[in-house]
Amino acid sequence: MDYKALGLVAGIEIHQQLDTREKLFCHCPTILREIAEHNGEFCRYLRATVSEMGEIDRAAKEEMKHDRMFRYYAYDTTCLVENDEEPPAPVNDEALAVCLTIGKMFSMTPVPQVHTMRKLVIDGSNTSGFQRTALVAFNGALPDGGQIETICLEEEAAQRVKDEVFSLDRLGIPLVEITTSPCMHSPEEVQKVAEYIGMVLRSTGKVKRGLGTIRQDVNISIARGARVEIKGVQELDLIAEVVRREVQRQQCLLTIRDELRKRGAVVDAATGVEITSLFKETKSAVLKKAKKIHAITLKGFGGLVGREIQPERRLGSEMSDYAKKCGVGGIFHTDELPAYGVTAEEVAHLRTHMHAGEQDCVILVAGASEKQASCAISQVILRAKLALSDKPVPEETRKMLESGSTAYMRPLPGAARMYPETDVLPVLIDNTRWDAVVIPELLTAKAERFVAAYEIERNYALQLAASEKLPLFEQAVTEGIRPKLAVFTILSTTTELRRDGVDIRQIPDRAYLDTWHAVESGSAAREAVPDILRSIAGGSTFAEALTKLAPAVSREELEIIVRRIVTERADFIAEKGRSALGPLMGIVMAEVRGSVDGKVVSGILKSAIEAAVSPKKP
Amino acid sequence: MRDGMAVVKLDSGYNIGVPPASCTLSERPLPVPPKQLDVVQNRSLPTLAIVSTGGTIASRIDYRTGSVTSQFNASDILTAIPELKEIANYRTIPLATILSENMTPAIWQELARAVHAEIKNGAKGVIVTHGTDTMAYSAAAISFMIDTPVPIVFVGSQRSADRPSSDNAMNAVCAAAAATGDLGEVVVIMHATTNDDTCAIHRGTRVRKMHSSRRDAFRSLGVDPIGVVEYPSRKVSLATGAVRRGKRTLALHDKLDPHCALIQFYPGMSPDLLKAYEDYHGIVIAGTGLGHTGTALIPPLKQLVEGGTLVIMTTQCMNGRVCDRVYDTGRDLLDAGVIEGGDMLPEAALVKLMWVLANEKDKTKAAVLMQTDLKGEYMSRSAHGL
Repeated sequence: MDYKALGLVAGIEIHQQLDTREKLFCHCPTILREIAEHNGEFCRYLRATVSEMGEIDRAAKEEMKHDRMFRYYAYDTTCLVENDEEPPAPVNDEALAVCLTIGKMFSMTPVPQVHTMRKLVIDGSNTSGFQRTALVAFNGALPDGGQIETICLEEEAAQRVKDEVFSLDRLGIPLVEITTSPCMHSPEEVQKVAEYIGMVLRSTGKVKRGLGTIRQDVNISIARGARVEIKGVQELDLIAEVVRREVQRQQCLLTIRDELRKRGAVVDAATGVEITSLFKETKSAVLKKAKKIHAITLKGFGGLVGREIQPERRLGSEMSDYAKKCGVGGIFHTDELPAYGVTAEEVAHLRTHMHAGEQDCVILVAGASEKQASCAISQVILRAKLALSDKPVPEETRKMLESGSTAYMRPLPGAARMYPETDVLPVLIDNTRWDAVVIPELLTAKAERFVAAYEIERNYALQLAASEKLPLFEQAVTEGIRPKLAVFTILSTTTELRRDGVDIRQIPDRAYLDTWHAVESGSAAREAVPDILRSIAGGSTFAEALTKLAPAVSREELEIIVRRIVTERADFIAEKGRSALGPLMGIVMAEVRGSVDGKVVSGILKSAIEAAVSPKKP
Repeated sequence: MRDGMAVVKLDSGYNIGVPPASCTLSERPLPVPPKQLDVVQNRSLPTLAIVSTGGTIASRIDYRTGSVTSQFNASDILTAIPELKEIANYRTIPLATILSENMTPAIWQELARAVHAEIKNGAKGVIVTHGTDTMAYSAAAISFMIDTPVPIVFVGSQRSADRPSSDNAMNAVCAAAAATGDLGEVVVIMHATTNDDTCAIHRGTRVRKMHSSRRDAFRSLGVDPIGVVEYPSRKVSLATGAVRRGKRTLALHDKLDPHCALIQFYPGMSPDLLKAYEDYHGIVIAGTGLGHTGTALIPPLKQLVEGGTLVIMTTQCMNGRVCDRVYDTGRDLLDAGVIEGGDMLPEAALVKLMWVLANEKDKTKAAVLMQTDLKGEYMSRSAHGL
């Protein structure tokens, strides 16, 4: 696909959780909890408020279409601030410092005085109904000429448990939001930039790691389409695919519009009627259950509502997403009927009743009330009109589905959703503070340094630099551990243990260091490392694991063992000479059960054999 | 301008502070505020009066300080909380726009007159919107100043009205539901718990703000709430002890004697401090435990009493009643002429003292009144289980 010719323009927003000791606006720890551990819950409603400019944000209005009661789980690691029962604490300075560091790494300009804002979000993910966010720095540069527009410090939202239930452990964890300019023109470029920014973030050593700790939002448009923001791309590998699919969707919507116009399609809201009685005897569970069913005939839309615009997505899916905002489960359209318990006869009857011709499509919505059904059908009409309009690609916020396709969430928010956070005082960033910000070494530079200094292979060095265990490695080297031993354990041994189902998160860094020191001093064999770590992960202390798996054998004891074995196998040695070393190694190692490093054993054994085969001195 | 910085709103909606010298002022027309819609009311519903005094139920940002302040009038409340229109039709009286810490006995009197006028004018109930900090004082003051046949409901919010999670809407809706109901006394209606599902109805003379920020800060002390309002059903349930609509005949007694004080005793408190109160007509002491002060304070208290000051003892424990007959200190306080305030809350006792001293010049009779239950503030029995 020629993305250049299509006029693809893309930008990304990266949201990265920071690994600070406390949350952004309270003194709770930034740890995630198991849902079962919650020790309190409460319920709330949220309602959209007017901005300081006197408007209600269009995205917030959309979320308000039906009243929803939200339920929240609280923990012994959350407080009244997360409950929206206490004013926020001042901005966490540790988080602000990380944010400034990142800003400086991208050569940005700091804001002289940082003002915290409230970004209206009433989908329940914030107990307050807004997300606190502050613009910290702007105008940054990417190495290939792209631009970083802004970096903001924000609070993380609550995690949705299911439906309208949220868990408060995540709410308030500091996040940085990095926004690039729309400077990318191909799907691969978007992915590359996201990877680079991720690497820079990890270089600070102050960001959280693991799934869900970094999320990418992608802004995409093509020349004849519109700007669409796709939220929540968690896997980096999917970014390029998401961009490809969005381009496909926008192109298809444009094609559908042209086709609709050629057919002379019209959306006449007046053709919308209530047809509940038509389905009185239906076998369709959804329609049977509905209190009210509304329908509309879309003239000229036949076959196009069911046309695929992205894998597993049709124009009908878009209409359905709009209708869902009123609380209905979705829509039915004649392009996909008969199905879902609706019979061919019912469809024929419906078509006649609705005066629908071959080229027309009838849309049905089933609501639990008149209000819900009429709300849903008006949303369908709204979306159908958009499909036919001069701008058939609506500006939207969309969410990523598993495969990389997307679904409609809400209109793009406007500036109307920003309101000053009156409970947080502004923070000055003066020259002294900015000048004192130290830029950490980039992980890529670090990897190069490892290659040069420790003779580690380049791909290992890159893996190591990106590893969560990098600080452990650096500590090990400082303590005199051979780099290769540490690297092998960190990259290879732990991977094998994890594959075996060992919970390696249970192994403290100190235990790694103790184990390596034991190997280096000869009190444990290199071969015993996996078993020692496995035992520690299972709950043993390092000392217990060492005694159990590598009972201490002193050099003297080892020499006695070697001497005894050499004496016992004197005939074998006489026969094999120096090549007896290999077989005898196995015998000695079995006897010392991994408590002595192989190298040490081989050294002693070698000289003992040497002595045995050398001609006796007179 | 904020702390010497110019606050600039960017197109993205973010505000930043920049040195004024780096800014160029470009004039542009002020944004036109959206036109306020005319509130269409249903005349077949009962009429309620909303008297607004300010407070968080109707507050928004102040561009001068960047903090929250009270600016709305009662009409704005109807625009912001459309559900209110389903319950009643409203007359709105903007009495004051103050934060409740700036409330004074003089404004209580104005408030009493305004509320009385509304009831006289046919209001089926009155809602007073009020900042929460001193709402309990005002509710007690209105309790003493008005004999009311209809509900007078004080309501506010703990979380500012400019946030989507504000408790203002639910509190106001529950207040309106109760104001059209069967009540006939002065009450405070606020969240019963942290959940958006129930409001408690507290008697105006037995209620206290017991938390600085939580939604359920208001608690009835020494007594159960006299009712609840469920949300969103707006179902009102009243306890048997709640005074019913029409039980009392409308009357206004709006005199207050503001020369009264409330003094919290603390260990080591200097007796000299009491000298400042020589001209006061009445003093309420929030004493320790059963109603004590250090013995060093007894002689100056005696002097005050002899000088004509009525001294009432209450307890800073909040729960329980005063009994100055148990320990020597208490007996000495009684001998000095200090009057036991029973189980009255210190704040309610202060407001009552202002009212009693304005309406009864005879000190002995005033002392008797202070130990007589007027509006549910002085209970002879201490119920168990509270």
